[in-house]
Amino acid sequence: MSVPSVTGTLVQIVGAAAAGPLLIGWTRQVRAKLEGRQGAGVLQPYRDLRKQFGRQSIDPIGTTMVFAVAPSIMAATTLMAAALVPLVTVISPADRIGDMFAVVGLLLLGTVSLVLAGLDTGTAFGGMGASRMTTILALVEPTLLVAVFALSIPAGSTNLAGMVANAARRGDLVLSPTGALAVIALLIVVLAETGRLPFDNPTTHLELTMVHEAMILEYSGPRLAILEWSSGVRLLVLTGLCANLILPWGIERGTGSVLSLCVATAAIALKVGVLNGLVASFEVVVAKVRLFKVPELLAGSFLIGLLAVTASYFVGSQGR
Amino acid sequence: MIGPDLFPPAGNQVGLNRSAEYVSGTELESQARELFNAGFRLALVSCTDEGDRLTAVHLFLAGQPDRRVELRSVIDASHPTLPSLGNISFPAGRFEREMHDLFGVIPTNHPHLRPLVRHPQWPSDWYPMLGGQSTVPDFNSEWTPFNFLTVDGVGVYEIPVGPVHAGIIEPGHFRFSVVGETILKLKARLWFVHRGVEKLFEGRLVEEGIEVAERISGDTAVGHALAYSCAIEDALGLDVGQDSRLLRVILLEMERIYNHVSDLGALANDVGFGIINAHAQRIRERLLQINLATTGHRLLRGSILPGETKVISIPEPAQLREILADIAEVSALALSNSTVMDRFSGTAALSRLNASELGCLGYVGRASGIDIDARRDHPTVSLTVEGVLRDSGDVLGRFLVRRDEISESVRLIESALELLQSSEQVVIDGIRAKGDGSGVGISEGWRGTIVHRVELTDSRITRLKVVDPSWFNWPALPVALKDTIVPDFPLTNKSFNLSYAGNDL
Repeated sequence: MSVPSVTGTLVQIVGAAAAGPLLIGWTRQVRAKLEGRQGAGVLQPYRDLRKQFGRQSIDPIGTTMVFAVAPSIMAATTLMAAALVPLVTVISPADRIGDMFAVVGLLLLGTVSLVLAGLDTGTAFGGMGASRMTTILALVEPTLLVAVFALSIPAGSTNLAGMVANAARRGDLVLSPTGALAVIALLIVVLAETGRLPFDNPTTHLELTMVHEAMILEYSGPRLAILEWSSGVRLLVLTGLCANLILPWGIERGTGSVLSLCVATAAIALKVGVLNGLVASFEVVVAKVRLFKVPELLAGSFLIGLLAVTASYFVGSQGR
Repeated sequence: MIGPDLFPPAGNQVGLNRSAEYVSGTELESQARELFNAGFRLALVSCTDEGDRLTAVHLFLAGQPDRRVELRSVIDASHPTLPSLGNISFPAGRFEREMHDLFGVIPTNHPHLRPLVRHPQWPSDWYPMLGGQSTVPDFNSEWTPFNFLTVDGVGVYEIPVGPVHAGIIEPGHFRFSVVGETILKLKARLWFVHRGVEKLFEGRLVEEGIEVAERISGDTAVGHALAYSCAIEDALGLDVGQDSRLLRVILLEMERIYNHVSDLGALANDVGFGIINAHAQRIRERLLQINLATTGHRLLRGSILPGETKVISIPEPAQLREILADIAEVSALALSNSTVMDRFSGTAALSRLNASELGCLGYVGRASGIDIDARRDHPTVSLTVEGVLRDSGDVLGRFLVRRDEISESVRLIESALELLQSSEQVVIDGIRAKGDGSGVGISEGWRGTIVHRVELTDSRITRLKVVDPSWFNWPALPVALKDTIVPDFPLTNKSFNLSYAGNDL
């Protein structure tokens, strides 16, 4: 465990934690501007968090520990994922466990705790959101695994840092058939996982159409703030991973200098900003699909992921 | 107007194209049947407490030519019963339940008599519309909750929603019985906004009633003000003249345009296509500013009064044309999105048969092929209205009817503006008989046909009955939603966009 690796990981954790709400504010602001609206400004999520932290947290009657600890689990798994995913540096003290299976498992753990919390409230909405989320999850997680797996074949490792390092070495991974297909599949599931359009509408107030929001409907005050903050950080971590797999330039590769860390941080900020700007622009032109079309869409992305794996066996080996 | 070959034969004329007849219990049913067979629809049932007796008035309407028939029944106050028409007309059954809740008149032989307006908290012997009920009694502290029908079966669960909702909307409780995501049954429990509007009119001078009429349903200020004013003018035998009638046509269409635009945007917003809503809101704001310039009020209040119509300025046709092109572009943008089309088409289809039996009005009816339009059926000026008719009955149908009605409204405004400047005589009037103190006013508000029926004594209102089209359209919502999935409910509800306040007076 070297000093540079610890510094890099700390930058990742602190940076992701601090910038998560900013990212939400940024996507909202981009969307507002593109729709011809003024928007509330990129700092609005911070103001919302401050407001929610100042409020009382209410335990609905009949809820158990499951409801009470879900936000903490969500926050912990999200921060853990932020530490493992190579955002700023490919050298991490947790390198040996920085496996894609670990990251997908961590994200799943957070989501499942939320699903259970939704069921724990015993309300129709919590159960409905949980049921919908589980349907989506059942398709998202395999696709996520298959897509990342396809990218791991050229790298010869399922270690995320190794994959990003390989992508950085090659530079054109995203242009290979494997890379292109895997990235498309990955982007689709990231949208589903983070509850963006066309899967879920993050801005809706209509209880009956909600997925993610329906599960957290009974939360209030600080707990709600933690959940909203977590979903911002998750968006940052997942889009950051995508961005680094597509365009790995700028990432810190072990020099450990302050300058290279700064460059890497600026690079990831730029990449995540641009990628989420694109996601927000995409959200302007798409509508939310009918709930029963969501599995079709995700099955399609699973198929793309599978094709990426297949392609890696045919063409990926020569590219190594 | 009423020719010898038309049903009914010219009876005892009491108002504009309106005949009235006192009938006994048995005659009521047989005459109602004859009227239904002759193409009349039941538009309103009013009841008046006259001390030792009550009078119920069934108002039937038919168009082309304009015909209005009242069947009046005298009810003994000590033993208030009236034969039910619920077995031959669904709306009649609901009117009777309303009358039962508010006046205590028992409809005999009603197919399914149960409370409609009445909440279980109301004291059981309290009938708010009876004379002498000026104070509201304390509500029951002990009461049994509303008895929702439970759907049994494996995996069936209930979703209770409301009456307090997440958005800024009116209160209504919806109880879904669902298996998976498919709605098996929906019960809409409304009537949380009973304000005693009809009671508020009582005792007011005719000119004092307008301020209440404009506030029956906030987004339908013109529709209700117009129906109210026409009812008063009918009762007093007033003629407002050509210019005033043309101005009213213009105001009514302006109200239709700004509400329809807002709905087009809201429908797209409910499928997550927010940019359409942003543009619809922008266009709506432009229209509201035109409203302000025209009448001095953004929601067009204060312009239509009994006996006159006041405007500050006349809207510019070129400006409206420009807005129309803008709306056409925005709605084309919405429909060019395949996901939006997928969400709209086939969703919550209301069949023509159901729409007709429930008595649906306005765009809800027109999207299911029911062509009822007071602008053509009960005209005041000779302007041809091109009815917009669809037969799909789904969300897309209701979207398209709105879109096409906007262009028709702009065309109507332009024609009315041309006629305002010419000296051509365009007033349509029927047989204006010597009034008996009662008046009926009909207007095609943006949601559909609004009917007011007033009774006057010395320029004071003794009774006003209001029927908003939402009253007829609400029962159609659960029918249309059968076998629709839960996440499509908000979209369907928006496509109906019914008024809670107009429904529950």
